[in-house]
Order: sequence, then C-alpha cells, then structure tokens
Amino acid sequence: MNENVLEKLKVLAESAKYDVSCSSSGTTRANKSGGIGSAAGWGICHSFAEDGRCISLLKIMLTNYCIYDCAYCINRRSNDIRRATFSASELVDLTIEFYRRNYIEGLFLSSGVVRNPDYTMERLVRVAKDLRLVHKFNGYIHLKSIPGASQDLVNEAGLYADRLSVNIEIPNEQSLQRLAPEKDFQSVFKPMQYIQQGVLENLEERKKYRYAPRFAPAGQSTQMIVGATADTDKDILNLSSSLYDRPSMKRVYYSGYISVNEYDKRLPALKQPPLVRENRLYQADWLLRFYQFKVDEIVNDAYPDLDLEIDPKLSWALRHPESFPVDINQADYEMILRVPGIGVKSAKLIVASRRFSRLGAYQLKKIGVVMKKAQYFITCNELSMRSVNEMHPDAVRRLLTVKPGKKVDDRQLILPFKEE
Amino acid sequence: MITFIYDKTFEGLLTAVFDAYYRKTFPETLAAEGEPLPLFCDETYTVISDSEKSERVWKGLKKKLSRTALSALTACWLSELPEIDMLLFRYMRKNIDSPKSVEMNFGDPDVLELAKIYKKVGYERERVLQFLRFQKAVDGTYFAAIEPMYNVLSLVVSHFQDRFADQKWLIYDLKREYGYYYDLSTVTEVRFEEKESHLLTGMLSEDLMMHDEKLFQQMWKEYFKSIAIKERINPRLHRKNLPVRFWKYLTEKQK
Repeated sequence: MNENVLEKLKVLAESAKYDVSCSSSGTTRANKSGGIGSAAGWGICHSFAEDGRCISLLKIMLTNYCIYDCAYCINRRSNDIRRATFSASELVDLTIEFYRRNYIEGLFLSSGVVRNPDYTMERLVRVAKDLRLVHKFNGYIHLKSIPGASQDLVNEAGLYADRLSVNIEIPNEQSLQRLAPEKDFQSVFKPMQYIQQGVLENLEERKKYRYAPRFAPAGQSTQMIVGATADTDKDILNLSSSLYDRPSMKRVYYSGYISVNEYDKRLPALKQPPLVRENRLYQADWLLRFYQFKVDEIVNDAYPDLDLEIDPKLSWALRHPESFPVDINQADYEMILRVPGIGVKSAKLIVASRRFSRLGAYQLKKIGVVMKKAQYFITCNELSMRSVNEMHPDAVRRLLTVKPGKKVDDRQLILPFKEE
Repeated sequence: MITFIYDKTFEGLLTAVFDAYYRKTFPETLAAEGEPLPLFCDETYTVISDSEKSERVWKGLKKKLSRTALSALTACWLSELPEIDMLLFRYMRKNIDSPKSVEMNFGDPDVLELAKIYKKVGYERERVLQFLRFQKAVDGTYFAAIEPMYNVLSLVVSHFQDRFADQKWLIYDLKREYGYYYDLSTVTEVRFEEKESHLLTGMLSEDLMMHDEKLFQQMWKEYFKSIAIKERINPRLHRKNLPVRFWKYLTEKQK
C-alpha cells in the first residue's frame, strides 16, 4: 500500500462512477468463525457522495483499459484519459482495509475489457475468489459479468459473488448497434441467461442438499441509459417488465445520460442529465415491483412517455377516474395501493387498523397518507369531499401541479414598475 | 391529579404499572426523584423498583404482545424522550385492559405514536451502523466514536460483534460517555474515569494511530471525492441522506 495505489484508486473510481448500481441487499450471511464480515439482508449505505447517491460498496474498476469503443462510455479506447490497472492483491487488501473501518459493505468490481472477455472475466473472478477463500471475507461482493464471457467463468463467478450483473445500457438493439458496433444484444443476454440458469439449478440443488453452496444469492441486476437514444419510456419499461418476469432479475437501474463524450455526434449533447425523467422511470419501476401495476397500465401506445409533471401513479389515477373514489374502510389492499398519496406502508397500516375501528381523515393523516393528493380519490368515515369524478381530472391535475410561488408579503408596498 | 415518582429506570416503570393496578389509582404524570412536581399535583406516590413486580408485569405483557411490540417497548425506552415514560405507561395500560393486544390499532394515538418513535429509534440505530467509522490505533484496536440522538449503542453491538469478530474494537458514545469494548471474545460495557483527547474529540491523535491509518483515511477521502458525478451535484439530497450532525466524526468529511 503506497501513494501509487492512491493514484490508481482515484483514476479507477472516476471510471467506475457512471455505473449506478449500488445496492448491497439480498443476501444475509453471518460471520463464519475465523473470518471477517457479514452481509445484512437489507443492505447498508455507509456514506453518500455529494451528488446524493449512496456509497455502499467499494465501486471500482480493475482496469479502465478497454478494447471496445462504445460511444456512451467514458472508458472507450479512443478517449484520451488516464489509465490504470490494479493488481488482484492490491485490490483485495484495499477492500479488506476499507471494510475493517466500516467504510463499505463490500466490493462492486467491474472492468474494462482487455484482450478478450474471458481473460477479463477470469481476472475479476480471481479477486472474488481471493477475498472469499484466502481472506475468508463474508461481506458483499457484486461482480460485473463481462458481455461475451463463457458460461464456465460465469458459473465460477456465481460461487463467490452475491450478485452478478450485465448492463444492457441501450434498450433497443438497433441503437445499440449504432452506438456500440462491437456489441449486440446476444452478448448481453447470453450471460444473463447463464446467471439465471445457475440460480435456478442452485435452487433445485439446495432443495436436495441443504448445505449446497449458494449461487449468486442476491440474483442479478442490470442498467439502462436514459436519454442517449430516441427510445420512449414505453420501450424502456416494456424491457424492464420482461426482465422482471425472469426469476433471478432483482433490479433494473436507470441512468440519466451524462454527456461524457461530447465530440461524438451520434449522441445528443445534453446540458443537464435528464434527472426528472430518470426519477419518473424509477417511480414506474416501483409501481411494477411493489404496487402490482402491469406495464401497459403505466405506458402504452396512447401514452408512450411518462408525464414529467406528475408521478405515474397519479397519472394513471387521473386517466381512470372510474375506479375512484375508493372506500378506505372497505376496499381491497390492492385498490388502496392504487390511491395516489398512499404508499405500501400506509396501505398496510390502514388494512391492519380498520379492524379495530373505522378510520377518518384525521387518522389517515396521522398514519402518513398524503391527504393533499389522496383526498380526491377516497371516501372514509367522514362526509364525502369533492372527488375526482365531481371535479373532472383536469381540475385535480391543475390543483396538484401548482408551483408554490414566492410568498408575497401583503404589508409590503409593491410599485408596479414596467420592465423595459 | 396523581403523580408517581420513580427512579427513571425501565424496571421502575414496570413496577409503577404493577403498583398502579394494585392501588387501583393511575397516575396522570410520572416524575423522577427530586424533579419538581407538576402544578396542581395533589397526590404523590413513590414507586420503589422491585424486580419481582416488574418481572410479573413483563411476563403478563409477554403473554399478550407480539415480539415486535415488546421490542418496540424497550427500544422506545432508549429514545430517552422527555414524555416517553408516560406514553409507555398508557400503552401498557391499554394492552392490559383490552381483552387482546391493541398493538395493531394504529387509529389509537398512543399506539401510532409508539410505532413512530420505534421507527425513529430504528432509523437512528441504522444510522450508527452506516456512519460509524473505525480508526486503527497503535495497539491494533479499532476505535470509533459517535453521538447518536437516542441511546442506541446497545442495539448495534451484536451487529458489530458478528461482523468484526476478528478485530478488537471500541465503540464510544461521546454524549452519554460510555462505550462497548470487544476483546476478540466478549463485549463489555466500559466507562472511563479520565478522558484522553480522543474520548472528547472522537478522533485519534496521530501518535496514537497505526502507521498506515493516515494513508487509508486519505484513500477513503479521495475515493469519496472521485466517486461523485460532477454533473449531478445535489447538496440538498446529500445533506438529507448524510445528516450534518454526523459529519464531525466521519472520516470522509474531515479536512
């Protein structure tokens, strides 16, 4: 460990930061005797960078040399940036030392492709193997599966890693071909299938032998770049939804495109990354995973893009006023979940509490329901308010999208100067 | 108005519940010994903590309440909020009086309030898990200091004991001036008579640090700087997720 490693750390962290995946959840593992570390099933964020994103794992690249030339990537071979490579032992020591100081939850290792996918993958696997077998590390390991790597290597990686991931990056094959001519969907979906197969086989095996070693217990995740191509939210969410149908897929991340290679004319020059759209996509993603929405309820041919002004759940509710108002004291859990302003937690509290007594608006507010939104969509143990049906969806929309302007102090004299 | 005076321990609180049912008089307020009594207080009763009585109350609660509700009771006690004892008293009383547990009736203000405080204490515990930072001392002990809002240190010990089973560590609460020390086999609660500078500032001085500690701290700081995406800087979100009150003891936030 010396100054040299410090420099490498800087360079390789810079290169790794555009991968948004950060979670360290999905695996619970107690410390085994003589080892270091454990994994908490819910994940722990140890710090937050100045952009507000969590730092849970040591997100780092093994090397940022790369033989590919993907237009959206900072590490493409035609970019003139500082390059560095960690040795396996340097990286292992760094991980262990950071871990012992409670800086991190584990390691998230990715790499540029050097020589060929298999060579690169092998080196990633070696780091994970060293951590697990030599240092008896029980913390979290997330490995990137290199597109085009062979099934044997993916299978070996699954033995040491908690989560494997392959990034789709571009949700549409033609666009991918245009931006990354050396890649195709095949090279991305193949490793995904390998991981899925490994996870399913392992499930069967563990039914027979309880102590069979686990294979990537936290499943797999992937990432899509938003705003680099002309794809609509419908394309993106349809792809996510079909990915979630696969048994091992745990998370799809969306990354608002940041113009890292401004000179490349195949990509749009964005001043600001599309943060609002990214947020709306995550909200839609949550609706798919936790609110029992179907993808074509959120986006379809008539509404190919998410509304940037209001969240997708409110947008659905305004398009379907016939489903409202919902009676809080009688409706099913599924229907209560669909009310804008009521989340999973409040819905569960409502269903548990209404057995004791009928709930009124005051109690709902105390429970945590956002009554500002919910009031137009519910009836409770109270005189009925004007609901979305009496008011018209457009009026509700206008009420809910009013921007709180600057407060005017009416004791202050205002002189109406004309602006020249 | 009746006031019960007790010794501000959890055992004392349970004894107060027992005595209240025994006397068939229920207090409107609880006070510690020596604390000024509330206005209009016309009757006081002094509770003497008794382990037999408190255990009987706890056993009774165990029969009725779920494990979550029981841990909510103890965790909320650790919040050390000024009105927490009376809230817990009312909560226990409601449960004892009702034929079955009322812990799921979130329409009741006390039950909801307790659930909320339980959640807050849980968050604070989680924050200690997140933001505790160890520094390696010359003798190989890992030292960490923190000032949690609630008295949650006892709730995090098992986590660190499991996770860092092969290193000696000391976790110290600067506000409440006690800590836990792990010597590779057991965890003991420790208090220090005379306080060296790191027990006041939370930071090891350089002559007490392991020789490579400085380097790792520097690496972590550099990593923290490099991992942020400049185009997305968002100070508000940053402060929301990483509350400023923890910055004092966070390695990455030191100059």
